[in-house]
Amino acid sequence: MKKRQTKAPDIKKAQASWKRNRYAKAMDACAPAKAFTTVSGKAIKELYTPADLPGFDYIRDLNFPGEYPFTRGIHPTMHRGRPWTMRQFSGFGTAEDTNRRYKYLLAHGQTGLSVAFHLPTLMGVASDHPLAKGEVGKCGVAIDSLVDMEILFRGIPLDKITTSMTINAPAAVLWAMYIAVAEKQGVSPKVISGTIQNDILKEYIAQKTFVFPPRPSMKLIIDTFEYGAKEVPRWNTISISGYHIREAGATAVQELAFTLRDGIEYVEWGLERGLEIDEFAPRLSYFFNSHNDFFEEIAKFRAARRIWAEVMRHRFGARNPRSWWLRFHTQTSGVSLVAQQPYNNVVRVAVQALAAVLGGTQSLHTNSLDETYALPSEEAVTIALRTQQVIAHESGVANAIDPLGGSYFVEALTREMENEAKSYIKKIDDMGGMVKAVELGFPQKEIADSAYWYQKAVDAGEKIIVGVNAFAMEHEPIPLLEIDRTVARQQVARLRKVRKTRNQTAAKGSLADLKKAARDDRNLMPYLLKSVKAYATLGEIMDTLKDVYGEYQEPVTF
Amino acid sequence: MRAKKIRVLVAKPGLDGHDRGAKVICRALRDAGMEVIYTGLRRTPEEIVSAAIQEDADLIGLSILSGAHPILFPRIIKLLKDKGAEEIPVIAGGIIPENDIARMKKVGIREIFLPGTSTQEIVRWIQENIGRRGKK
Repeated sequence: MKKRQTKAPDIKKAQASWKRNRYAKAMDACAPAKAFTTVSGKAIKELYTPADLPGFDYIRDLNFPGEYPFTRGIHPTMHRGRPWTMRQFSGFGTAEDTNRRYKYLLAHGQTGLSVAFHLPTLMGVASDHPLAKGEVGKCGVAIDSLVDMEILFRGIPLDKITTSMTINAPAAVLWAMYIAVAEKQGVSPKVISGTIQNDILKEYIAQKTFVFPPRPSMKLIIDTFEYGAKEVPRWNTISISGYHIREAGATAVQELAFTLRDGIEYVEWGLERGLEIDEFAPRLSYFFNSHNDFFEEIAKFRAARRIWAEVMRHRFGARNPRSWWLRFHTQTSGVSLVAQQPYNNVVRVAVQALAAVLGGTQSLHTNSLDETYALPSEEAVTIALRTQQVIAHESGVANAIDPLGGSYFVEALTREMENEAKSYIKKIDDMGGMVKAVELGFPQKEIADSAYWYQKAVDAGEKIIVGVNAFAMEHEPIPLLEIDRTVARQQVARLRKVRKTRNQTAAKGSLADLKKAARDDRNLMPYLLKSVKAYATLGEIMDTLKDVYGEYQEPVTF
Repeated sequence: MRAKKIRVLVAKPGLDGHDRGAKVICRALRDAGMEVIYTGLRRTPEEIVSAAIQEDADLIGLSILSGAHPILFPRIIKLLKDKGAEEIPVIAGGIIPENDIARMKKVGIREIFLPGTSTQEIVRWIQENIGRRGKK
């Protein structure tokens, strides 16, 4: 006799009855009602069943790993075929200091480099600029000219390692320096691989390290797309970043929606330039945050892949499946770490890293326990790297691909977040796109509202943070990395020496050519390469471009 | 008679653009009945001090996450003194190593609030320690 299968409508009825007769009554006897919501404030039901997935179609909604819409992952083998890249973001002090840290990380099993630049470099100002006072070598490594970049990668073969560089407003300049260093090592630009963040939209939206106004900034980014597609084909010319949007206070859905809409904006500008979609889309990559709410994060990563695949295939008509792939890097959430009882941060990072792995990330940075105080110490960064290694080699979570696929809860949440993100995307489409929305202050306001909502929820004790608004106790100070006070002096001395000893005619001439090319609206990459090779400094190059493009002034609101 | 509102200048020195904390504090202080002036990003010590004087602030709240506080905080305190405005108290928050706290307080920063501080705690501190300047 064949067993009778329960159909979905029966489950729905049975679920309602269970909720009424069993669950609700039992809950009445439990602790006083509290709201069950994610860290983003999204309501979570008590139980998910097939009735929460009406019309669910395995092939259409999930399909197999490596198959459209890639909900289960972009590669057929995922972490079985190739574990995620363990890529710790680091940089501090002088190029020598950071070069030593890179060699240490590589010797301890890290598989890719990720450069953190100090704030003057991020803002495109020289280390001896008045605004750089107190900042040199603090938040990252000080890079003022090609000389620093040569030291940064000394003894590190650029044909063997991939490098990610977190740089935005001056991204094209730092990329030119990297290409120049590779050439000096005898490595062709055709074989180097890595990523520049190069995502200016999220700077206006969230991280605020902008220099030029939005439109010329977008032009520079499209220059890198165009140049990269021809000359540096293995380079990811952008890492479209939700990370900072989330850190600034966005909910998970806002992170998802704003980031993907940024991606759409870059594609539109690329097409506007006359680029062929399948020529540059495969080099677009993403960067997400992994916050505390485990399932919400996993659902976010899965929804991101599905939305992007659909956007690329159907909205933009891309035909190369690689253009449909949403490849992404993940960093655990800095803002979720707390100063109180800092060793607990190791646990938070582990949970967040696990969500990123289960969400199918291609590479991962795990934060260090001491980052609410300072840049990480060597000991702290080692624990962070070990956390990834324990997940990869001991936990067994990467054995099966997308192990949570098919969970009623995870699938329902993935679908819900997908729908909510799509309605945000539609709203921004209706405003005229992301550059327009940024100019109107729309995403900025949404994020500030979410940040304030969350802080109030924490202050009211509706959201518990262990060690902060519950389970508080005194803790001993922890050992921290201190940046040598001589760093600024050394860096400024080196910069001044470069300015004095280089071939002045070549340097000045290259800057004049750059300015003319900017005025003529040419692709600036060849000119930037010429300038950096002539040892024009980052500050000089950015000042030259400021003369043409102007500087962005953010409207002050809160 | 209704007490005058406390006027707070929330300022962001340093090159970093992390303004989440500053903006949350601005809203929380406003909701607690204070008048809040926010400087926006990347203000130099000179700009912050002259804004505080011009705005007749009762308090300056600095937010910095870049690590430049050991240089910038003492500079702000010194400029306040130079301009005869040292009676304007200064508090701060952000990414500040515990080892630096004592040093910064010695320089003249009245209080430092680390990540995890509730907005109520900051509001309470201000209400208990800061009056309307000269009109207490």
